[in-house]
Amino acid sequence: MKAKQIIRLFFCMLKIGLFTFGGGYAMIALLENEFVSEKKWIEKEEFLDMVAIAESTPGPIAINAATYIGYKTAGFLGSLAATVAVCLPSLAIIYSISLFFDAFLSLKIVAYAFKGIQAGVIYIIFSAGIKLFRELRKNAFNITLFSATAVYMLVCSFFAVNFSTVFYILICGGVGVFAYLLGKIRKKEGGK
Amino acid sequence: MIYLKLFLTFLEIGAVSFGGGYGMMSLMREKMLAFGWITEEELLNMIAVAESTPGPIAVNLATFIGSSQGGAAGALLATLGVVLPSFIVILLIASLVRGFLEYAGVKAFLGGIRPCVVALILTTAFTMFLGSFFGIKTLESAPCADFIGITIFLTVAVFAFFFKKIKKKKPSPILLIIISACMGMVLYGI
Repeated sequence: MKAKQIIRLFFCMLKIGLFTFGGGYAMIALLENEFVSEKKWIEKEEFLDMVAIAESTPGPIAINAATYIGYKTAGFLGSLAATVAVCLPSLAIIYSISLFFDAFLSLKIVAYAFKGIQAGVIYIIFSAGIKLFRELRKNAFNITLFSATAVYMLVCSFFAVNFSTVFYILICGGVGVFAYLLGKIRKKEGGK
Repeated sequence: MIYLKLFLTFLEIGAVSFGGGYGMMSLMREKMLAFGWITEEELLNMIAVAESTPGPIAVNLATFIGSSQGGAAGALLATLGVVLPSFIVILLIASLVRGFLEYAGVKAFLGGIRPCVVALILTTAFTMFLGSFFGIKTLESAPCADFIGITIFLTVAVFAFFFKKIKKKKPSPILLIIISACMGMVLYGI
């Protein structure tokens, strides 16, 4: 029974990995349709919890979601099957493309197309950032951290100073925890 | 040893990248340029391919870069590296930590990371913008403008703006990539 469930899970995730374009958020919609509306393996409520967790933990959102759903439907083996299945199409397709990509690029017309595409991709990254910026709550805390990170990063890049992105993330997370603790202490003192 | 380096680099990327595919971009770019694995142009090409093929963008990029550096084994190890932290963290949360997001400390940490990730993405896009279109990478670099690139960027931006006004939704990245490819063929080809 369980083996059957795992096999179904595997092929379901394989299908989702094969047919979702556009990364994590596009995949969330498909996952909901497949696992909540159709197969009813997961309750709506739990699915929403899962999305919140997938967004807040590190790593690709689609992988986070697949691992979680896999675990909830069929335990450890389920999570393994789901994660492998969702990656497999990517691995196969991109690996095949990578084999002939350089030869493809050596065609002049393709090289021109990709020069154009590079400009388009910079816009796509911008718009991804702008979308997140719109969703960001504009309070003093967020604006301060946002500006400090942006300014510091620009200065580092202009002066060719090495400062890893990892530190920005850890420092900002640390500042978040520090601000929380500070607020807690203040509340305690205010309460006395 | 390139295989170990690929695995560890992508393990790090998978472990500290918040906010999905584009949240990963600044760390990915930093590592790739620092190791001299791929150039900025190559990275942008790969992002375009990753966007236009199915599957999670981060996995697509890991496979692509892994393959370019270490063939099939490189592709496999880079992908494994980027996926493994997710897998372990989610497994722990799903099996052991009930109500993970309810912990105040976790909430505070994530609250600090959110504005940071937004800044990372926008700043990365801005440095790519200056570097690709104006040749400005550091203060010392001599600026030279790529007018065709700027034209394509602006056209895509204007197109996306009106598309959103009229259709009430964002154009898909694939559509934008197709438009910029056509413009590139015509404008650079002349």
